[in-house]
Amino acid sequence: MLLHDTALVYGRYLRQSLRSRFALLFGVLTPLLYLLFYGPLLTDLPLGGQGSSWQVLVPGLLLQLGLFGALFAGFTVILEKGQGVVERMRVTPVSRLALLLGRVLRDATVFVFQAVLLVLAALVMGLRAPLAGVLIGFAFVALLTVSLASVSYALGMKVRSPQEFGPLINAVSMPSMLLSGLMLPMTLAPAWLDVLSHFVPFRYLVDAVRDAYVGDYTSAHMLYGVLVAVGFTALAVTAGTRVFRTAGS
Amino acid sequence: MAAVISTAGLARTFPTRSGPVEAVRGIDLTVHEGEILGFLGPNGAGKTTTLRMLTTLLEPTGGAATVAGHDLVADPAGVRRVIGYVAQSGGVDPQITVREELVTQGRLYRLPRARAVARAAELAAELDLTGFLDRKTGALSGGQRRRLDIAMALTHRPTVLFLDEPTTGLDPGSRADLWELVRRLRDEHGTTVFLTTHYLDEADALADRLVIVDRGTVAAEGTPGALKLRYGGSLDATLQDTFLAVTGRGPSPADTAPVAV
Ligand SMILES: Nc1ncnc2c1ncn2[C@@H]1O[C@H](COP(=O)(O)OP(=O)(O)O)[C@@H](O)[C@H]1O
Ligand SMILES: [Mg+2]
Repeated sequence: MLLHDTALVYGRYLRQSLRSRFALLFGVLTPLLYLLFYGPLLTDLPLGGQGSSWQVLVPGLLLQLGLFGALFAGFTVILEKGQGVVERMRVTPVSRLALLLGRVLRDATVFVFQAVLLVLAALVMGLRAPLAGVLIGFAFVALLTVSLASVSYALGMKVRSPQEFGPLINAVSMPSMLLSGLMLPMTLAPAWLDVLSHFVPFRYLVDAVRDAYVGDYTSAHMLYGVLVAVGFTALAVTAGTRVFRTAGS
Repeated sequence: MAAVISTAGLARTFPTRSGPVEAVRGIDLTVHEGEILGFLGPNGAGKTTTLRMLTTLLEPTGGAATVAGHDLVADPAGVRRVIGYVAQSGGVDPQITVREELVTQGRLYRLPRARAVARAAELAAELDLTGFLDRKTGALSGGQRRRLDIAMALTHRPTVLFLDEPTTGLDPGSRADLWELVRRLRDEHGTTVFLTTHYLDEADALADRLVIVDRGTVAAEGTPGALKLRYGGSLDATLQDTFLAVTGRGPSPADTAPVAV
């Protein structure tokens, strides 16, 4: 039943995404601009890690794509609440977990698709990375999307208006981006900033994907990255499902 | 007659920043099989909150209820299988076609795909929507959209149908059509209908029995005739007089009903 319901909800929302193809492409615009106009600045800088500056930048841009995109996913559920669509579905026997999973898997599909576009563009710009590492990168984007979109839908179900939602998400996303070393590795940071960034879960994901992009699949970074991504996803999906089950307001 | 819904002290308090809001303070009521129950009350009386509890959308903070033999708190899944609910806002996405919404709804009720497609066509025929199947729901008129909302709620042939202010915002012609539809559902399918309204003429014309709620509790109940006799003094009293006597105030001027033709 869970599989049936999830596929059903997924299909509904994927068709919704496909209806707005423009938005689908527009999502990659910001990271693409970074790639084009920011990437070339880094090529001769000593960034500390192994590999080229593209192997440092592209993982950061991939997770940035997931971070900003997925955190705003909950926006749509606020509109759907207003239309009564959420309650209409919640009075049917459909699985509450499926109501969340169908949506977040749609989001993961969309962001992995955008991530593929971004990596293709990066290849043109000069990125060279092992295929396995690139695929691992996509897996992390998918997990990040599933977890953040779950959090975002849970928040979207709680707030009353889009005006309440936007500032809340900005308050989370900007510090997360700056503190996780998405743009430049945190190893370049002064000690206090480096320490602080270890409290931001995304830091571990970026470090793991950067290792994957240089072919280092068995590093401690990779282990921590996997643990944090999987743990965070499990927590977020549990919390999100709870909100779809009880939705008090 | 057998009771399809019975509640005892059903209550809901919302925690808010400015302190707890007791939206429903303890509702005791019984709805009989095949009855059209009018749940009447001024804005803010707790009608929607009661409905959202009875339809499993909102957990009660007090009391108990059974719906068609299923305990609301212990067996919400059982309740969901036998009820249909139309929220005041409706429940369709304006960007999606009537057909797709109807088929998806069938699939949400776990009909196999081919059955869901067939059921969508049946419902469209029954609710006069066949000509609009390939239209986006956002392009429907108010009356057509209401009929679609009801069609969606009837997908699984529920024994109890909950309608929250079903005619608010409809033109007089569509209101009359909707009243006809509700009567037909009861007469032809024996569906029990629980509908909220703040339109007195609607309650008078449609409901077999009224439950008047005010400030989260039941203020009076009975057939429209019995209530008029008891609170208005005679059968010729208007429901407005009755309502005033029961709640101590009339519905606000903005709420006065248009006259159905
Ligand atoms: N989610 C909520 N949070 C806080 N207060 C609420 C909530 N829902 C309803 N209320 C309050 O409960 C009362 C009853 O609301 P409602 O059931 O919508 O009334 P009605 O449908 O009869 O107009 C109102 O005072 C309303 O403001
Ligand atoms: Mg209401």
